[in-house]
Amino acid sequence: MDTISQSFALALGMVAHLDPRLTQIVGLSIAISLTSTLCSAAIGLPLGAAVAIARFPGRGPLIVALNAAMGLPPVVVGLLVYLLLSRAGPLGEFGLLFTPTAMVIAQTILIVPIIAALTRQIVEDAWVEYREQLRSLNASWRQSTVTLLWDTRWSLLTVLLAGFGRAASEVGAVIIVGGNIDGVTRVMTTAIALETSKGDLALALGLGIVLLTLVMLVNVGAHLTRQWARVRFG
Amino acid sequence: MKRFIGSLVVMLGMLVATCAAAEQPFIVVASTTSTEQSGLFGHLLPSFTKDTGIEVRVVAVGTGQALDIGRRGDADVVFVHDKPAELKWLAEGNGVARYPVMYNDFVLIGPKADPAHVAGGKDIAVAFRKIEQAKAPFVSRADKSGTYSAELRLWKDAGIDIAKDKGPWYRETGSGMGPALNTAAGMNAYILSDRGTWLNFRNPGDLEIVVQGDKRLFNQYGVMLVNPANHPQVKKGLGQEFIDWLVSPHGQQVIATYKIDGQQLFFPNAGTDS
Amino acid sequence: MGDAEVIAGLPIVASGITIVRGGTRVLDGIELTIEARSRTFILGANGAGKSMLLRVLHGLIAPDAGTVRWGRQTARPINQAMVFQRACLLRRSAAGNVRHALALAGIRRSEARQRVDDALARVGLTAIADRPARVLSGGEQQRLALARASALEPEVLFLDEPTASLDPPATRAVESIVSAIHARGTTIVMTTHSLGQAKRLADTVVFLDAGRVTEIADATQFFAAPRSPEARAFLEGERL
Ligand SMILES: Nc1ncnc2c1ncn2[C@@H]1O[C@H](COP(=O)(O)OP(=O)(O)OP(=O)(O)O)[C@@H](O)[C@H]1O
Ligand SMILES: [Mg+2]
Repeated sequence: MDTISQSFALALGMVAHLDPRLTQIVGLSIAISLTSTLCSAAIGLPLGAAVAIARFPGRGPLIVALNAAMGLPPVVVGLLVYLLLSRAGPLGEFGLLFTPTAMVIAQTILIVPIIAALTRQIVEDAWVEYREQLRSLNASWRQSTVTLLWDTRWSLLTVLLAGFGRAASEVGAVIIVGGNIDGVTRVMTTAIALETSKGDLALALGLGIVLLTLVMLVNVGAHLTRQWARVRFG
Repeated sequence: MKRFIGSLVVMLGMLVATCAAAEQPFIVVASTTSTEQSGLFGHLLPSFTKDTGIEVRVVAVGTGQALDIGRRGDADVVFVHDKPAELKWLAEGNGVARYPVMYNDFVLIGPKADPAHVAGGKDIAVAFRKIEQAKAPFVSRADKSGTYSAELRLWKDAGIDIAKDKGPWYRETGSGMGPALNTAAGMNAYILSDRGTWLNFRNPGDLEIVVQGDKRLFNQYGVMLVNPANHPQVKKGLGQEFIDWLVSPHGQQVIATYKIDGQQLFFPNAGTDS
Repeated sequence: MGDAEVIAGLPIVASGITIVRGGTRVLDGIELTIEARSRTFILGANGAGKSMLLRVLHGLIAPDAGTVRWGRQTARPINQAMVFQRACLLRRSAAGNVRHALALAGIRRSEARQRVDDALARVGLTAIADRPARVLSGGEQQRLALARASALEPEVLFLDEPTASLDPPATRAVESIVSAIHARGTTIVMTTHSLGQAKRLADTVVFLDAGRVTEIADATQFFAAPRSPEARAFLEGERL
């Protein structure tokens, strides 16, 4: 109880004083997670929509695989990306290991399946409803995909949030490929892991509270947007 | 869709920009959790950067993993504490030369209740034997760290074949120093720790130092440049500059001035054959 | 006469159309020709297969047996539009729905803007052009679906009970819109449960009973004296 109340006080203090180290870590966390979410959206949204609309052999197994990949263990992904980006690995020449880019790559691999699988479900439901109308309007596959993604955009916002939430709260992969370098690749979650291992549980939890608040704020923003959209666009 | 891609490009641009802004010369040093978590690097590196303008990016992991990062060429310098492993690593051609830098010491941590009656002892081998006989809970790192290597050597010195004699009292966590200390605090167990991490540790619970001062508990740190012959991208000049600074009188003095609660943690000994 | 311009995709000739769903023949050997510029009404009881037949003629469903030819083509032509029995409106504004249909048809924005305004004005939805389509009333949705289809200025317009949930003035408005569209040269294929409407608008009547065509007749003649007993029974029902 003592530690918990202490960490709330710490969290408040850090936020109130805009602790520069904290703002740097929070800023990096947001930048990395947001970039990963956008990269994943660029891949996952069209992929999910394509799987929703197209009929091809092996579609069933692909959907099962996508759904299963939502539970990819971060440590395994981290390790794979580590081995790929290591100087001794196939992509070693780019020197990306222990950089924010490596963290974006690992997070993207983690959340593309989430975004693709959830998008598939949402777009497929809309597709059942729209299919005949779109065919009647002579929409091509591409046009249909874009139409469906656009018309389900408010539901897809929730999907992106799920992706962002996973990216922002994930530690197993980024600590391996980022190396938790102070000022370079130290983000909220790896900082929390570090403070925990230093036994500074109050500070760790304090950082955790800041992280939670942040994710919460993003979600509140998205919720309000969605509400507004529902009124505006039906 | 177009908006997504647009904002994606903007984001990536920003990320690259922030990276580029921080683009002063830097080296990557693979080191151990004990140097990072004891706070030594926080004290040492700003001083080095001020002297040379070189930024040091520390990846703090176990000694085994640090050596592996070096072997793969993902760091320029390794700074670890497991002499036999370091010499083997050098012999395999992974590095150029090893420079002894400093030592600190291990301490045996245990519950105040001291069920194995080891507190105050000066002989670590005796203490280890007593713990084994009492089957008192003992937390082991059981990872590829220098601390774990030291622990295994100490069991051997105590005449115990830990691989064979371990029982449920011997708990292998496979984690870093800090998490292992958290575990020990949680179950009131004995544990071998480096002094720096222990002094910086904020969650001691009912634990305290029970045995210290035995010569066998000394813990030597060495620093090595990753072999540029294997990995051309290794920043040979900058890395060597860091090493030279560490073993210079000035660097050695900075190490000696690092104190927690008035206690000196690391004892410079560059130039010796430790 | 005789030198009427040739319209690609017409006449629509269906032969031997059979559709099997759930083990029953929902359509059973339909033989039918839709002439260019005609107003063909497909009549029949609930479940007779009217909507299904419209889908086949529009090329949305491939028949299990038989063929449809649009003019000389066997592939579905693009110069057709359909108003479905259950309007499927996109999650956009009323105007946005029409605009999107025009965009899919590749019509330039400058031209589209005018067409959107005209189409909405025709069905009396100008005042609520910016409202989300999905919150419109059932009748408003049907009118919007008609506006969307008519804005495309198709050669053939399929209408599946377009006035089913409209009030009398709106029904009359839709009828005059359909007439106007027909007057522009559009071929109309339509279903309805309002015999009065069929009498007012139809040139040709196709009567469906349980997936079979029992009668194809000139409208005036059909309503004066239907030849098939099924159609006769159907019209009797109306008189009760
Ligand atoms: N996928 C399907 N599986 C089984 N039966 C189906 C399927 N699709 C349509 N049917 C059946 O085909 C028949 C014809 O349907 P259709 O919608 O064409 O009727 P309709 O003549 O338009 O009726 P209404 O006047 O009620 O609109 C119905 O009995 C319907 O139940
Ligand atoms: Mg119907």
